Amino acid sequence: MSDKPRKFKGGVHPNDSKALSAGKPVQDAPLLDKYTVIIHQNIGAPPELVVKKGDVVKKGDLLAKASGFVSVPLHAPTSGTVSLIDKCPGPACVSVPAVTITADGEDAWGDCLEPIPDWPNTDPAILKQRVADAGIVGMGGAGFPSHVKLSPTKPIDTLILNGAECEPYLTADHRLMLEQAEDVVLGAAILARILGLKTAVIGVEENKPDAIAELKKLAGKYNVTVQSLHVNYPQGAEKQLIYALTGREVPIGGLPMDVGCVVQNVASAAAVAEAVLNGHPSIERITTVTGEPLVNPGNWRFRLGTPVSKAIEMAGGVSVQPAKLLLGGPMMGFAQNTLDVTVMKNTSGILLIPVETASQYTAEPCIRCGRCVEACPMDILPATISQAVENERFDWAAQLNVLACIECGSCSYICPSHRPLNQQFKRAKAEIMAARRKQQKK
Amino acid sequence: MTIIITSLLFAAILGALLALIIGAAAKAFAVEIDPRIETVTDMLPGANCGGCGYAGCADFAKAIVGETVPPTQCPVSSPEDARRIAEYLGITAEEKEKAVAVVRCSGGRSTTLRSPYNGITDCRSAVVVAGGAKGCDYGCIGFGSCARACPFGAIEIRDGLAVVHPDLCVGCGKCVDTCPKNLIVLVPAFVDVHVYCNSPEKGPVKRKVCKTACIACRKCVKAADSAEQMNIKGFLVETNYSNPPLPDLVEKAGCPTTALRQASRHAAGEYEGVSK
Repeated sequence: MSDKPRKFKGGVHPNDSKALSAGKPVQDAPLLDKYTVIIHQNIGAPPELVVKKGDVVKKGDLLAKASGFVSVPLHAPTSGTVSLIDKCPGPACVSVPAVTITADGEDAWGDCLEPIPDWPNTDPAILKQRVADAGIVGMGGAGFPSHVKLSPTKPIDTLILNGAECEPYLTADHRLMLEQAEDVVLGAAILARILGLKTAVIGVEENKPDAIAELKKLAGKYNVTVQSLHVNYPQGAEKQLIYALTGREVPIGGLPMDVGCVVQNVASAAAVAEAVLNGHPSIERITTVTGEPLVNPGNWRFRLGTPVSKAIEMAGGVSVQPAKLLLGGPMMGFAQNTLDVTVMKNTSGILLIPVETASQYTAEPCIRCGRCVEACPMDILPATISQAVENERFDWAAQLNVLACIECGSCSYICPSHRPLNQQFKRAKAEIMAARRKQQKK
Repeated sequence: MTIIITSLLFAAILGALLALIIGAAAKAFAVEIDPRIETVTDMLPGANCGGCGYAGCADFAKAIVGETVPPTQCPVSSPEDARRIAEYLGITAEEKEKAVAVVRCSGGRSTTLRSPYNGITDCRSAVVVAGGAKGCDYGCIGFGSCARACPFGAIEIRDGLAVVHPDLCVGCGKCVDTCPKNLIVLVPAFVDVHVYCNSPEKGPVKRKVCKTACIACRKCVKAADSAEQMNIKGFLVETNYSNPPLPDLVEKAGCPTTALRQASRHAAGEYEGVSK
């Protein structure tokens, strides 16, 4: 592979604003007296609760066990007592069940999983089981169980590690690759062994030269390649990353394994290394707390269940009243209506948007300039689909492949008429899927 | 002059010939239509609302004449209209109870907690981004998807809340399917007392986000003439529609949050600003 940065077609170039927190080393968040852990943190079936109110748990003990193949277990973020099992605000502005743990302050590990120091000579099936037992999910944002991706039903020839971090503002993966490069590369090697591959490729956007240099130092030792990528949003989207690195196009409605690829996030890879070498389950993650209103934006290693209000306190509070709170980046993050929502396995960022940039627009009629068509990384026609959705012609929208939309928001970002394209497509997808489920029931 | 006469003649002969062919074809390929279908279609309301389950009034008329459905299946026709159709066709039509829609929420803009929302003002679009804009996960979003679906203009959006006017509602059920929160139910029209709340949460949780939530205090259950008139399900009271209470229950119970309302007075806006 050449050193020339790779790219995909389409995409947009929003102001990345990463300077706010890119230079800030990861700090360990201080131990809190209470953690409210949301039970359903993954895509797929919610795990089944195994603790009850009053139970004493150690750090890393099982709180909920996987309830199927596409499901992951959940572990206690610290030692203490299960003080409450009730609903708490979820990331989608809807209340969800959660376990509250009152910490005993000792933060003592329980009986963890057995470390596997001799992983290069261990059966890949055992390693895969470890990934599942440690409750590791895609930590880039989607939260898809990692072990499911590691069980492909089609032949795989490429393992890709996603270190693009194309969302503006976020620097969590950047800091991770810089400070824990060894964990990332080691995780890549372990994942490659699980898939029966000799090598892996780590894709990093070229705006993180220090991280690329750090990874390249170790790349030879573990036989992985590091490839720089053009800075272009959404470079970190699975299908765009595969195209940039291999030139292969995932078919519509297909999965990366259809073109022989498996993509894992770099933070997930580091979590895999932690689970295999130290036997520690996924109970913490690096999250960027950022935004112009914050006094001291930066990167923290948070335990699962840390309330956003505490995270903002750690970042020095706000100097001006922010207009918006997002979980995730500004392009795909979810707006929140409360500070009580807590950090989950896929919370890559806690972002406060100031009043100036959160300015709200009124949607104007489409002027058919075609900028959304140029920007769409999936090569669908946002303007036409928007018309279909406005007329509630969901059959037409389906014909126009709205289901291929990855909801990256590039079209909404670029639209000079400020049309709510992304929201329309989300609705169309929901309506089409609901109609299909109804059809299946019949 | 001759050119004009020849062309006129030619046109006349051609016209006569074609008319003969069309006339013959119309006789030969005539489609037998039951004339009663047209008459019945005229007797139906003609709103084409689809409340009967058919594509429109003409389609429904075809089904009635084919005697597969009774004329009372039309939710819009009054019982007299249905009886007239039945008499015309010489069939018997069973009386069908008239239904009305009830939006089981009373949380308007001024009574519920809301977060700012700047997306598409349509309920079904709002639920896909943040579950709606109101603090309550179960309540009316208030962007009027149901009001736009109603062919009879019976739903009004007042203070960010969908309110059904029982005198205009014909119970076609079009709104029921549009509500993404499944808030709208069809109930017998003669019942006037309903609980305008749908949240299964505990009382204090509901009260935190809405002033007019049902907190299951049981005042209405105790005040009812018989215990079965109001049912408690979890943290929510429900009118028992097979044994409904009398309208004066609302006065007698004195619901502290005004979640218990008379549909007619709710439509007239008499409960607004009552709850503290």
